[in-house]
Amino acid sequence: MLKIENLHVRVGGKEILKGLSLEAKAGEVHAIMGPNGAGKSTLGNVLAGREGYEVTEGSVEYDRTNLLELEPEERAAAGVFLAFQYPVEIPGVNNTYFLRSALNAQRKRRGEAELDSVQFLKRVREKLAVLHLKDELLHRAVNEGFSGGEKKRNEIFQMALLEPKLAVLDETDSGLDIDALKMVADGVNAMRDPSRAFIVITHYQRLLDYIVPDFVHVLADGRIVESGDKTLALKLEEHGYAWVAQRTVAGAG
Amino acid sequence: MSSALLHSLLDDAGQTSGPDWLKQVRVEARTRLLERGLPAARNEAWKYTPLRALESRRLRRVAAASQPVDVDPGLYTLAGVGSPRLVFVDGTLRPDLSDVSSVHGLAIESLGTALERDAQSLRASLGRSFDADAQVFARLNSALPSDGAVIRVAAGVKVEPLLHLVMLGSAGAADAYWQLRNVIELGEGSALRLIEHHAGGQGCSHLGNVVNQYSLHAGARLDLLQLQAAPDSVRLIRRSDAVLDADAHLEMRCVEAGAQWMRHDLAVALQGDRARLVSRGVFVLNGRQHADTRIDVSHQARDTACDLVWRGVADQRARGVFHGAITVCAGADGADALLSNKNLLLSDQAEIDTQPVLEIHADEVKAAHGATVGQLDEKALFYLRSRGIDEAAARSLLTLAFCRIAFDSITNEALHGQLDALLLERLPRAESAADTAQVTG
Repeated sequence: MLKIENLHVRVGGKEILKGLSLEAKAGEVHAIMGPNGAGKSTLGNVLAGREGYEVTEGSVEYDRTNLLELEPEERAAAGVFLAFQYPVEIPGVNNTYFLRSALNAQRKRRGEAELDSVQFLKRVREKLAVLHLKDELLHRAVNEGFSGGEKKRNEIFQMALLEPKLAVLDETDSGLDIDALKMVADGVNAMRDPSRAFIVITHYQRLLDYIVPDFVHVLADGRIVESGDKTLALKLEEHGYAWVAQRTVAGAG
Repeated sequence: MSSALLHSLLDDAGQTSGPDWLKQVRVEARTRLLERGLPAARNEAWKYTPLRALESRRLRRVAAASQPVDVDPGLYTLAGVGSPRLVFVDGTLRPDLSDVSSVHGLAIESLGTALERDAQSLRASLGRSFDADAQVFARLNSALPSDGAVIRVAAGVKVEPLLHLVMLGSAGAADAYWQLRNVIELGEGSALRLIEHHAGGQGCSHLGNVVNQYSLHAGARLDLLQLQAAPDSVRLIRRSDAVLDADAHLEMRCVEAGAQWMRHDLAVALQGDRARLVSRGVFVLNGRQHADTRIDVSHQARDTACDLVWRGVADQRARGVFHGAITVCAGADGADALLSNKNLLLSDQAEIDTQPVLEIHADEVKAAHGATVGQLDEKALFYLRSRGIDEAAARSLLTLAFCRIAFDSITNEALHGQLDALLLERLPRAESAADTAQVTG
């Protein structure tokens, strides 16, 4: 589904990703771990199509198309979803209205019928229950005045509603207490599906106790330096990122 | 400065009626006008809205037609707003379009009728002289006989229905001039909700000159929406003067969504202890529109408060001007003043000038002010696009959201929806976002 090859990305004139390669197939959950500054969030932003991220080399193929050529909204309609590390507050835009516009814009672009408000609300209620989100959040402005935990749950709620094929979660666990973390994990696990792939970016192993990945990759200094199964996350937790760095240097020498 | 404009309107003042004091007011205003002319560009209050082009034009007062022109009620009908309604067309009351069925404690009449019945009660309002040269159009308004609305609420009465005051121009000649003088008085402890609505048929190109005078007696509350949706071919000048006694509260919303050239002077005197002004406003400009809002709040008593949040949006070659001045006079201790003005430029050629001014002569005052001019938040834009909303729609949505602060507190959903729709029409690529007209929670 997703094939990233030798991806080099510059942000503000500085090279952040330096030859990242990664392949994710439908049905798989890939965890990407790494120290601060390794380029984890850059990866998420590049996949979603944020401006200011200059791809200087390499390719990203998604569903047999060149993902990098698509506008952010085209990527969304094609099934790419980024759960933001820092969800944006948008005063004056009602959450329900925003979600319905987003969903219908995607459906329209895909040539599907738009949902009327009854169909839409039915879908909303189903998804809200899974994430234990209060109805009241729907009537507020997008993320405005939400607590940190509510913002992150709102991201997962949006994901549940939009049903992407490729979901990238950018440090969705950061700033969450254990209850919120479990709710987020429940939301993700409920969506695991043979036709859907997840890329879970995280700094800590903790989230992976609840969202058990098929693969774990270590991102350091702009490239994947180690890949393995879920036990790699446990080793990282035990030894710290310095351990990977040492192994990388040793491997190179 | 000799002015074709003033001469064309004043030389033939016609017959004037009314009590002697009123005739005297007119004569004095007229003399003053002809002496002083229109303010030159060096007058600080008119620096960003030059009057040179207007000054050289010869205008003609619209005479009350013997045969009233046909007016499409669609021009002024607002969703969620019914009667009582008072409609003025080209400066003249149209009883055939108005509906002022009796409401307990609310007296509505035309200025002409009110003058005939009890001129003395209007002396304080109409006798007011506008001393500063910057107030030239209010002076002009005083120099000429005028119609208008006189709205009075009896002490203690809280008027339930929303009052709709419509001021519109009919499709007329380019040299047409009309004016209105509205007097609104709220008795002690009374309350009124009022919409002042400027509208008109496409293609009319008059100059309208409106002076509103509000007196709020102790403990009164006025909820006021000024909706300016005049056609883009019109010039409109408004002055809104409010005087608030102790514990009075003026809650004001201003939506400027029309006129080719418009100026609004809002002057509020917080004269009684604990008097309070809350105002929200927005202008949305495109094409070559010019809008100038000038606010002057003066805290004259203890523990008075003002809270002003204004927004501006300018696209294409439009020009917006905002001047917000708050003066805390000596002795007005405990005043609380807040002014925020944020602006969005949607094009490289649009311009917005904003100037917050705070002047404090008292102690223990809380005051804050800020003004910004910028573009849409790129992070918010990307967030919306990343969810599938195309860029143009995302821009419209964010721009509308930016404006909504001016009327978000309006709980009448139908009216709120209509205001949304009205603003969206003025935003770029409105057609793709037409269904964005929905109420926020």
